[in-house]
Amino acid sequence: MSAGMTMTEDGNALSPAREQPLLAVAGIHTYYGKSHILHGVSLEVGRGEVVGLLGRNGVGKSTTLKAIAGLVHPSAGEVVFEGRAIGRLASHKVARLGIGYVPEERRIFPLLTVLENLRTGLDRQGVAKAKRAELLDKVYAYFPILAERRNQRGGTLSGGEQQMLAIARAMTLEPKIVLLDEPTEGLMPRMVSQIAEIVGALRDEGVAVLLVEQNVPLTLQASRRIYFIEKGEVRHHAMAAELSVDDPVIHRYLGV
Amino acid sequence: MSRRHPFAFWSVFVAAIVLLIIAPLVLPEFWRRFVTEVLIWGLLAMSSDLLIGYTGMVSFGHSAFFGLGMYGAAAALLTTHPASLWAALLYGLIAAAGVAAFVAYFSTRLRDIYFAITTLIFSQIFYVIIFTSTAWTGGENGLNFDQPALAIPGLFSLEFTPKILHWFVLAVVAGSYLLLRRITQSPFGMVLQSIRENEARTRAIGYPVERYKIVSVMLSGLFAGLAGVLYAIQNQFAAPDFVFFVISGQTVIYNVIGGVGTLVGPIVGAGFFLLLSEAFSRLFTAKYLDPIGLHALAGMSYLVPLGLIFILMVIFMPQGLLGFARRWLNR
Amino acid sequence: MDIPLDQILVQTLNGIVTGMILALVASGLTLIFGIMEVVNFAHGELLMLGAYVGVVTLALTGDFWVALVSATVLIAIFGALMYVVTLRPLLGRDPLTTILATFGLSLVLQNYALWQFGAVSRKIPEPIVGHFNLFHLDYPWYRVAVALLSGAIIGGFWLFLKRGTWGIWIRATTQDRVMAQAMGIPVPWVLAGVFAIGSGMAAASGVLFGPFGGVDATMGLSWILRAFIVVVVGGMGSLAGSVLAAILISLLEAYASLWVSPSQAVIVSFVVLILTLLLRPTGLFVATPR
Repeated sequence: MSAGMTMTEDGNALSPAREQPLLAVAGIHTYYGKSHILHGVSLEVGRGEVVGLLGRNGVGKSTTLKAIAGLVHPSAGEVVFEGRAIGRLASHKVARLGIGYVPEERRIFPLLTVLENLRTGLDRQGVAKAKRAELLDKVYAYFPILAERRNQRGGTLSGGEQQMLAIARAMTLEPKIVLLDEPTEGLMPRMVSQIAEIVGALRDEGVAVLLVEQNVPLTLQASRRIYFIEKGEVRHHAMAAELSVDDPVIHRYLGV
Repeated sequence: MSRRHPFAFWSVFVAAIVLLIIAPLVLPEFWRRFVTEVLIWGLLAMSSDLLIGYTGMVSFGHSAFFGLGMYGAAAALLTTHPASLWAALLYGLIAAAGVAAFVAYFSTRLRDIYFAITTLIFSQIFYVIIFTSTAWTGGENGLNFDQPALAIPGLFSLEFTPKILHWFVLAVVAGSYLLLRRITQSPFGMVLQSIRENEARTRAIGYPVERYKIVSVMLSGLFAGLAGVLYAIQNQFAAPDFVFFVISGQTVIYNVIGGVGTLVGPIVGAGFFLLLSEAFSRLFTAKYLDPIGLHALAGMSYLVPLGLIFILMVIFMPQGLLGFARRWLNR
Repeated sequence: MDIPLDQILVQTLNGIVTGMILALVASGLTLIFGIMEVVNFAHGELLMLGAYVGVVTLALTGDFWVALVSATVLIAIFGALMYVVTLRPLLGRDPLTTILATFGLSLVLQNYALWQFGAVSRKIPEPIVGHFNLFHLDYPWYRVAVALLSGAIIGGFWLFLKRGTWGIWIRATTQDRVMAQAMGIPVPWVLAGVFAIGSGMAAASGVLFGPFGGVDATMGLSWILRAFIVVVVGGMGSLAGSVLAAILISLLEAYASLWVSPSQAVIVSFVVLILTLLLRPTGLFVATPR
């Protein structure tokens, strides 16, 4: 699949792009010590679009998200966000540009309370106190369980609750795109559908989502487009609507 | 490579030894003594390289081993009549071994930074004990004693003239180097390096890491103690100052400047450091500074520029002076 | 052997007073270690430089409290600069390198001070003279003031950590530096800020301690040693642990000096350290070993 093929809103792959994608990753390579992890990954996410990233373990899905979030700097290639090259930026600056990151292990701050965890994103420069209160209320509306547990330490929450907190925390940044790394991993089915709802809610709010997952049904249902990664490269790209769970493509890249 | 090209290694080694043998014959006494002291401090630094460079355990406590070796020798030289060199060696090594056993015990329970800080504190513990046990150790004033003779009772007895002393020290240090080299290149040494690279993996493979660490600390302590004995013999003097943790710190500095994991690097590091110290101390006097208008710097300790050089090396040249030769010296 | 009650009382007070200063020194050290895993060997020298700045400012203004504040602020800035120039480049590397760099810094700073100020120790006169009566004894007001002030500084800092945005930033960075940065927290500034705070605390201790002993270039050495012991015994990174350990150790030393000389009393802290390492190596006051 050629790099950087742009999708228009009507889903017609062949129409020229009418607007710049929100996020464009072009041919990025990353190394971990001497290991070559990403061998030229390219993908795009449009404004308010939910895009899935599927692949087996260890192919570089998490690394791709980390490269976008600025936790890892590509040694070649570029990450362009809203027309601006951000590949060299430190991750705190990337976050402030409007990229929210929810890592695979959740990594909420264990000794901070739920509220304090949220405040790490709420207490930003340029956000008035009233606005912060408003944001907080909005987040609590989405995650009532967090409102309940607001003064509890993050480390004492259950796995599912921590996942909620991790997503909520990213939302406090009022991001234009949220990078979700395997949000349903280790969660009960009931929580998995809750995650699906949240992804939908984000999309309804106009927030783009780049969803890395191993859960195929969820990804197919929530995403508009899907990229398939194998051995550090994007090997296939399709509209989610055209795929079914037992598609040979799925078998090919996920070995399910 | 030096294993595969022993000729290259040995020719450099022999050349260096020859130069060092000739040194007391051509150098003025001050510099002769300087070279001898570099060898002794070099031995101390080399002993700590076994821990830092090969086992990956940073120790700030080598002054304890050194100091106890020195005091052990002092005890022997004060109590044996005539003062016996071999007793000095024996007592010194036993004392150092005792301290090493103490440190070794803790080394297996602490890692990294905790080990470094704890060894530092241990060297201070010994400092305080020695400093305050005035009856035994002469406290602040230290101990003075006679130099022993290089003697094998019944066979011969040579007085330690400066030259003979230098050659004796050279023989001991060169022998120690060869011995340590043998050890680090042996299977035992390989395991130590594996511990440095990845302790968890080494343990997972099945090696009793704790035992290796203990042996490593003991060996390191013994050689450091040996350096202490040599120092005592050369200077006929033992003082608590040598147990103070700053000595440990300087030892680590020699290691880093010279290059850890090379054995000979620390000796070079010691030489480099001491040479610069000498140079700076002379430079920072009115005699040299006034003509260039830097009179204001007169009286500044050599440690200021040296410390700055050291910091710069840590940042920009962490592999040390001989770091580039590390592979060559070890393979 | 009968030790009069009032001597025990005096030593208790002395132990608490020294303990509070030691707590202030150790807090800075443990804070720095907790957030960036740097063992700041030069901490004692920051204390020493603070004391000297205090001496100089006192000579200029004649006001002890101005001296205290200016020393704290100036050394805080100096500490931050020191961190940015020499330690920040080393952050990704082997922790050994930061120990070495700070050791090098301590040598440089000590000898610089020796050259600049000479070997004769300076005096800082007590800002509060006078004693009060405590069971037939005269106890200096200044000592009480020092204990209260140190406590106030530590307490104030603790509050700062618990509330306030910066407090959250510092705690988040300590717990997970990478995620803190991913949340938009300007971690490089937080780290420099913490180093500044730690340095400032050390400087304040130096000035507060000034009237007790003299101010000289090597005064940092004895403090750094005891501070390291306190930090290990209290649990590295634990503020509360450092405070409790500092007071415990100082009290024990104070009592011990009823029997032995002060230079021998310090052995008590060594014993506490060894016991801690044997029984609870992560720290006596740390709730659960990590």
